[in-house]
Amino acid sequence: MVPFAGYDMPVQYPTGILTEHKHTRAAAGLFDVSHMGQVKMTGADVAKALETLVPGDIQALDVGKMRYTVFTNDQAGILDDFMVNKRDRDLFIVFNAGCKDNDLAHARANLKGVEIEYLESHALLALQGPAAVEVLGRLNSVVQAMSFGMGATLALGKYEAFVTRSGYTGEDGFEISVANDQAEEFARWLLSQPEVKPIGLGARDSLRLEAGLALYGHELDLTTTPVEAGLNWTISKRRREEGGFPGAAIVQQQLKDGPARKLTGIQPEGRAPAREGTEILNSETGEKIGVVTSGGFGPSVDAPIAIGYVATKYAAPDTPLSLMVRGKALPAKTCKLPFITKRYAK
Amino acid sequence: MTTRYSKDHEWIRLEGDVATVGISDYAQSQLGDVVFVDLPAKGKTVDAGAEVAVVESVKAASEVYAPAGGEVVETNQAIVDDPSLVNRAAQTDGWFVKLKLSNKAELDALMDQAAYDAYLKTL
Repeated sequence: MVPFAGYDMPVQYPTGILTEHKHTRAAAGLFDVSHMGQVKMTGADVAKALETLVPGDIQALDVGKMRYTVFTNDQAGILDDFMVNKRDRDLFIVFNAGCKDNDLAHARANLKGVEIEYLESHALLALQGPAAVEVLGRLNSVVQAMSFGMGATLALGKYEAFVTRSGYTGEDGFEISVANDQAEEFARWLLSQPEVKPIGLGARDSLRLEAGLALYGHELDLTTTPVEAGLNWTISKRRREEGGFPGAAIVQQQLKDGPARKLTGIQPEGRAPAREGTEILNSETGEKIGVVTSGGFGPSVDAPIAIGYVATKYAAPDTPLSLMVRGKALPAKTCKLPFITKRYAK
Repeated sequence: MTTRYSKDHEWIRLEGDVATVGISDYAQSQLGDVVFVDLPAKGKTVDAGAEVAVVESVKAASEVYAPAGGEVVETNQAIVDDPSLVNRAAQTDGWFVKLKLSNKAELDALMDQAAYDAYLKTL
């Protein structure tokens, strides 16, 4: 157990990170992500209001769909990244645990006419992996008909839940918001299913790293812009043209001229992992050109993998680089993300 | 052939003039799945307490320190080829290096099995 954003959380269960990681990709893993900030926003113009703080196209979101976006500041830095689900009567948002207090204050200070409720009453469980749909389908077969990125309020047996087909592992799966007083029993039912094993923070990180997904505090922070972080896909044509979110002018300029640096996948050639903070050098001149933001060993790739920022001219796939690991310049090259093939349900 | 232990959880076992060094079973269990080891070149000389190798698990990188000083006379290619051997056999086949000790008396400062077991209970 380790302290994590004010919560005591397991790094791993007894079988270890490698086994947990591979189990999630082969069957189903259960992640307790109740530390994340579940928030409900209501108001007549809530989507339009939220767009004043995010570059994502919230107004175009249909009921039952979700969208990934970020809070930006006036420098186009990122305050947090999160999912926005449009439901019948509200927006349901899940903030990062370490950011949620600031996010709530930020939203409450800036979103006039929007009622913002922090759902302390609810736990959040993520069931991830190819067997997740079969397991959850035992409680309600409707989940089988949901495509990735959809959400619905469902009865899962005796449990009342808001279920989204989503996740952060690169696998098919679900995130399930359930009342605290039902959460433990529900989690124990999930764990009683033969395909399901509990998964800790260690495998959660290696899974999302293989999937090439950004993690706040690593790939994303106040000094990184959505364009640098490769999140152009989260900004619709209308939002690019209209702007109207903090730092819009910088985002628009970077979309037009290209950013000075870009996030890229990095494949070390040897077996040595390059961890967060590893300097990235020009392989010929030794000039520093970037830094690793997340790095480690990819259990499914069976090789070291990393993500990092490099000066834009080095960001094209297959560009040779050096990684400064313990005083040695180790050969590596840039690569496309993700490191694994995503298997989301269409 | 007494095995002695450092507070950093390395073990060392002297046979003749040459001592075999590895990490304890406790250390491997704390590290979790080992995925990479970085071993020194043969002929390198290390002082007691100096870094002699690096071991990386999925979680993190950790240094392995020489419990006693000496010259590296052999390294274990088997753990380079299959790092998980460190998890499976930390105190036998998963050894790291063999050192020709410069001062065998340095071993006296280390813990024997009973003292190490007692030390683990304090952690």
